[in-house]
Amino acid sequence: MFRGALREISRYPSAIFGLLVIFALIAVSVYTVITLPYHEAIRLWRGGEEIWGDNPRLAWPAWINYFVKDKRPLTQKRTSQDPGVERHQEKVDEGLWVDDVVYTFEYTADTFPQELTVTLYSEYKTKAPYVSISIERPDGKVIRLANLAVEGGKRVYRLEQDEKLHRKLRLPEHVSTIVGVFAEDPFVEDPRPLKGTYVLRLEGSRFEEDSTLESKAVLYGTVYGWAGTDHLRRDLSIALLWGTPIALSFGLVAAVGTTVLTMIISAVGVWYGGWVDSLIQRITEVNLVLPVLPILIMIGVFYTRSLWAMLGIIILLSIFGAGIKTYRAIFLQVKAQPYIEAARAYGASDWRIILFYMVPRIIPTLIPSLVTLIPSFVFLEASLAVLGLGDPVLPTWGKVIDEARVNGALYQGLYYWMLEPSFLLMVTGIGFAMLGFSLDRIFNPRLREL
Amino acid sequence: MAVQTQTYAEPTATPTSGEPLLSVRNLRVWYELKKWGFGHAGYVRAVDNVSFDLARGEAIAIVGESGCGKSSLMKAILGLVRPYDGEILFEGRDIFAGGRAGLRWYRSQVGYVQQDPFGALPPFMSIRRILEEPLILGGVKNRQERLKRIREVLEEVKLSPPEDFLNKFPHMLSGGQQQRVVIARAMIRRPKLLVADEPVSMLDASVRVEILKLLRQIQSDYNLAVIYITHDLSTVRYFSERIFVMYAGKIIEKAETDELLWHPRHPYTVALLNAISDPDASNAHKLREVPPGEPPSLVHPPPGCRFHPRCKAILRGQCDVNEPPEFEPRPEHRVACWLYEQGDRVPPGYEEQA
Repeated sequence: MFRGALREISRYPSAIFGLLVIFALIAVSVYTVITLPYHEAIRLWRGGEEIWGDNPRLAWPAWINYFVKDKRPLTQKRTSQDPGVERHQEKVDEGLWVDDVVYTFEYTADTFPQELTVTLYSEYKTKAPYVSISIERPDGKVIRLANLAVEGGKRVYRLEQDEKLHRKLRLPEHVSTIVGVFAEDPFVEDPRPLKGTYVLRLEGSRFEEDSTLESKAVLYGTVYGWAGTDHLRRDLSIALLWGTPIALSFGLVAAVGTTVLTMIISAVGVWYGGWVDSLIQRITEVNLVLPVLPILIMIGVFYTRSLWAMLGIIILLSIFGAGIKTYRAIFLQVKAQPYIEAARAYGASDWRIILFYMVPRIIPTLIPSLVTLIPSFVFLEASLAVLGLGDPVLPTWGKVIDEARVNGALYQGLYYWMLEPSFLLMVTGIGFAMLGFSLDRIFNPRLREL
Repeated sequence: MAVQTQTYAEPTATPTSGEPLLSVRNLRVWYELKKWGFGHAGYVRAVDNVSFDLARGEAIAIVGESGCGKSSLMKAILGLVRPYDGEILFEGRDIFAGGRAGLRWYRSQVGYVQQDPFGALPPFMSIRRILEEPLILGGVKNRQERLKRIREVLEEVKLSPPEDFLNKFPHMLSGGQQQRVVIARAMIRRPKLLVADEPVSMLDASVRVEILKLLRQIQSDYNLAVIYITHDLSTVRYFSERIFVMYAGKIIEKAETDELLWHPRHPYTVALLNAISDPDASNAHKLREVPPGEPPSLVHPPPGCRFHPRCKAILRGQCDVNEPPEFEPRPEHRVACWLYEQGDRVPPGYEEQA
């Protein structure tokens, strides 16, 4: 039966498309789990500023450059320990060491960078090293940015927050400092960035022989990776990648769990009949009028928001669902079949009859509905996340949508943030639905005539 | 042969040749009717005080119209329903007395051939799996041994070569082949008793004879006792040595096959025989006489003889008041009808050939 079904699937283009989508999702899941182990993913997603700090904030995915005329910049990062960095260290006097670093940035984008930061690290005993930062533009103009003592071991210079420089450059209120530094002419109506090589000079002075001075310069772009970043500078690709196995496993476990348990409970009720059947039917009827989503919200608010706890509760609430009634109708017919009587006559036990004689009869009708049920559970998880009841630890598609919504992604024009996870949800739904509907036609041939 | 009131000696453990294979004693299969789900509202007396013996290798036919209780009798004999009262003894052992183990042993001794061959075979199992199931349940652990027995039994029912059928599913076979598989399944544990419930009524006329011949041959090859249940007297002759006619939960006439077919005594049997279709052109415009009315309610059976409301030969004041005992108007021919209180006679409405 199943071999025949597989052969027949190849006759439905929609089924093949659905299968391809599902295989792609599975491939992504496997790739994700192997290349980005769970703990690593959690560290990257929940780690903090040290991990995300060098990413641009709210950056579009990099492939957006294929679709826009004005190419946007990628982030460029340099550190004083990079090989090939121009560095000059020399003792010039008693108690004075020069430690100069020169970073060069090729700038070719048509829009402005987001930010320029210089982070200085130092180890010293009593007198902090001193650094003066300047930038030389492609047109030869040199702008002195700041003079800093690296007190406390770490200093961060952020160009966008440098109001002194803003005043010094006499920029109008609405023009940001970064534009003032990177524009061809910051005073025109629509300033454009000056392309070419920017040279960032850090002229350091150390006052102790064994003190250190290291630095990191980041020229933040406005695009990042293939998925972009969120308001916390996190790489969305982590959440999108990890959302795939989570969504698939959640959907699959919920769908298989509820369907199989519902089927077995229903079969047990039909087989034993009497009070067993009555009890199952009454529980189902009561359960059918219980609203699932409000219960889940209550549990999320008062008890736990763990995805797996939610999964268990969803399965529990769905077992005694409408499926019980549907399967019961089929099982009642199956129970009356002569082969059941024959099985009893040759001594098959109750459980053997339920599992080997009744259940297989229902599997053809069950598989298509099982396949179409998977995405509905994936959507349910996303709905919970959008309602703010998402798992607090796991990165899921629903959580990304929720964070995008909370941070007003659509109002700010950050469409990628909300559309990427939505697209994945949609593709998942379409893939399973197309396969499910085709399977329905294959396993239930009567539908073909409709 | 058994008489209803007969007492019987406690059977010995080792069956002797004289002992019947199956003894049904005062069997009652009553189904309780419930009111409001728990209150008692009476019983459906599907089988009411039935007794008979079946010898080894003997074939009997139980004949009756739909709803006469023959299926309930059969289910009780198969151990599928528990009788309300009475006993079913197989080789002297009560089949329900030994608990689960006793019933399991008994079931390995009984084969069951059903009416609708397609319905009798699980559509999602291959023929091999279908035939394997009784063996697995019978405790044959070795796969090769099971397969060997399956091949053997497929040859027996003339489905050869077996390899052609092992991996097929029931819907790939013709009705006759399906029924052969059903027979193979019934025979696979080498039973001593075969219960056949209208085994040919759903088959094409062309296949019927072959299946009946096959059953007949298996019966004689293995000295098998057969209970053949049917509503159709025309197929009975192929098969059985004795015929029991059932009406409204009771056996009303028992006789050897030819004796019963040529010398029916109970007015109901006469009506049944008259109703057998006869492919004769002169019959085309003749209306057959069938007993008027419907079979009686089994919840409130009529008093006296249960056939009396439909009987043309009713003796007022007797048939509608007193239940007839068994009379023996002819040797080895028992009939529960007041007409034969005084001895043998030709029943009204029947033309008996000499």
